[in-house]
Amino acid sequence: MTVTRAQLTEAVYQEVGLSRNESSDLVEEVLSEISDTLIRGETVKISSFGRFGLREKGERTGRNPKTGEEVPITPRRVLFFRASNVLKEKINGPSVA
Amino acid sequence: MTKSELIARLAEKNPHLYQRDVEKIVSTIFEEITSALGQGNRVELRGFGAFSIKKRDARNGRNPRTGETVHVEEKSVPFFKVGKELRLRLNRQRPLD
Repeated sequence: MTVTRAQLTEAVYQEVGLSRNESSDLVEEVLSEISDTLIRGETVKISSFGRFGLREKGERTGRNPKTGEEVPITPRRVLFFRASNVLKEKINGPSVA
Repeated sequence: MTKSELIARLAEKNPHLYQRDVEKIVSTIFEEITSALGQGNRVELRGFGAFSIKKRDARNGRNPRTGETVHVEEKSVPFFKVGKELRLRLNRQRPLD
């Protein structure tokens, strides 16, 4: 089963006792707060979950895989997520994380 | 930004909520994502990104200090793929500062 905003909203609704509408708004606010922070270029660190950060990539030459033509890839920012050890352990059990 | 700064910002924007409710909302969201991944489920948040699990095969690794060969069991690692909207917003032309 895939978890989406609907399940997160439902969990907040069950746990916190706000209305479903308000729970849904708050799930959205959490996501946009994280997004806006990253867009400003700031790292987001959520303890026992992980860290979202940005890497600056310089220009490089790529190739159109279909035509073989060389095309420049412009410099860009890419997002990375590094899972915390707590999260890794919850996925594997403590022995292998 | 850390988890507590995230909570503080959300609390500021939602003066009608108790701080402890905001804390509960934020931790519920990350716990829900963690438990979904722990059960092998995918978490898809359109516009933000998707969390999933990737399997890593068992392999023979080496202790980098001693050079000794060690067997590494098969394991699962959490993975985050940034959503299209956030990816584009990260690279929208930034104002000169």
